[in-house]
Amino acid sequence: MKLQGRAVVIRQDDVDTDVLYPGAYLNITEVEKMTEYLFEGLDPSLRAELGGDTALVVGANFGAGSSREHVPQAMSASGIRFLVGKSFARIFYRNCINLGLPVVIAPEAVDAASPGSALELDLEAGVVTVDGVAFPLNSIPAFLREMFAAGGLVPWMRGRLDAA
Amino acid sequence: MPTLAEKILLAHTDADEVAPGDIVMVRCDVVMTNDISGPMAFRAMEKMGAKRVFDPAKVVVVPDHFIPAKDTRSAELQKLLREWSADQGVTYYEQGRGGIEHTVLVEEGWVVPGSVIAGGDSHTCTYGALGAFGTGLGSTDIAACLASGSFWQAVPGTILVEFTGLKQRFVTGKDLILAVIAEIGVAGGTNMALEFIGEGAEALSVDERLAVANMAVEAGSETGFFPADQTVAEYLEGRTTRPWTAERSDPDADFDRTVRIDLDELPPLVALPHSPGNVVPLDQATGRKIDQVYIGNCSNGTITDLRQAAEMLRGRRVHPSTRAIIVPASQRVYRQALAEGLLDLFVEAGAMVSTPTCGACFGGSGGILAPGENAITTTNRNFKGRMGSSEAGVHLANAWVAAAAAVAGEIVDPAELGAA
Repeated sequence: MKLQGRAVVIRQDDVDTDVLYPGAYLNITEVEKMTEYLFEGLDPSLRAELGGDTALVVGANFGAGSSREHVPQAMSASGIRFLVGKSFARIFYRNCINLGLPVVIAPEAVDAASPGSALELDLEAGVVTVDGVAFPLNSIPAFLREMFAAGGLVPWMRGRLDAA
Repeated sequence: MPTLAEKILLAHTDADEVAPGDIVMVRCDVVMTNDISGPMAFRAMEKMGAKRVFDPAKVVVVPDHFIPAKDTRSAELQKLLREWSADQGVTYYEQGRGGIEHTVLVEEGWVVPGSVIAGGDSHTCTYGALGAFGTGLGSTDIAACLASGSFWQAVPGTILVEFTGLKQRFVTGKDLILAVIAEIGVAGGTNMALEFIGEGAEALSVDERLAVANMAVEAGSETGFFPADQTVAEYLEGRTTRPWTAERSDPDADFDRTVRIDLDELPPLVALPHSPGNVVPLDQATGRKIDQVYIGNCSNGTITDLRQAAEMLRGRRVHPSTRAIIVPASQRVYRQALAEGLLDLFVEAGAMVSTPTCGACFGGSGGILAPGENAITTTNRNFKGRMGSSEAGVHLANAWVAAAAAVAGEIVDPAELGAA
């Protein structure tokens, strides 16, 4: 599976879930409405740059803090197809995987990318290319590859519950 | 030889052995959710094809974030939570009969050493105060836990945090964990569990341990815990019928790192806006004007915190240019404070006393900040916009320091103000 995306870059480290999606909007459960508040505390103008082919390129410890799934849900619904980062905070990372939103660690690719760069993610090969230059992904455990292939925890669980 | 994290996880998987980095399916002893993570988890559970929870006796639901309902939307979520809980036959702590989820689960005996608790809230690591492996998860993870009783987990490495010496006057659990975050950084615990040991750790009460374990996630950790000891045994006496044994890491376990914090030398600390890692000694934060003081939340809304606040506010008045909000973390804490006369003391001082709620800690309701305002709080996060406006600043500190600021209208050393 290869995914293509046009880079939107959030360069700073330790971007927390509260600036990505402020707490005041956590009582929203409709995904479409969540997209109206994505990046609200960081830079609301970033929303206009998102489309059906966005690759979000981020710094270290991205998504620190809360377990709120509103963030990756709104990202998917806003057209973010995958994330490439230097590193991710644990619950945000889990949430992306569980929702079937590919999230990979490739620090050199982050440094190489600039806004509008063309990215191509090849999970099988363990490579992400930035404007044609290939960078290795940090290794992805077999279990997470299985989860990516299933499309997230919901279909993965459905398969297990059906089998049981 | 295994760490405590490895021992607990091994006892909760089908694997024959575990090592850091292994991804295993971990069985939950308790699954907890609330009015934010719950409704989305219920929806995901349905999409998984599960109609009933794996074991109603192991599921606890606590509405606590937008309570009492701040608007219609929040009320609808709480109604859904109530109806779903009744339909599933799970334990549900109604508003006015529970409080903040983590405080409630600890008080009500759901948490015992060595247990695994999956919670739909990042501060589920609080249960490490009693030696449990509490882990915060998102709604889809919680859905899988509700449906099957298990979640996937990469076995963490362990950072041993040794507190040497004994903490000084006006230093609390809050300062200990801020010192740890300052030392290892807000991502320093990534893929790690923190294990808190040493003379200074053993001397802490359960309330103080709650404050420490609660903010393990602020260092990026998977969780953080204290090995169970006599203090925990005494706390659990009469509180739970769940069996447990006291475990700790083997002395020759393979730790990734050891961090030592000398409590004999540790002053009160303050995390300046806008990161829990932006920590300075109190004397570098004094003089900052404070518009709002907020004493409460799942880390520091215990009776111990309220008693500390009372020591500063007794017979004094909240400064004319400052407002103070005090939020007992649970109904039990609220009633204890009432019985001790603390609530009357707070009101007499000109503070507001709230019903237990997550409230303004996460910017929900009941104490939102305006642009340009500064707050000092006993909460666990001071991210930009956390408590309202992105142009407000939140300072994290212990209850003595926060209450002293309420009296002075600015950050001061509680030792200079003196206990009343």
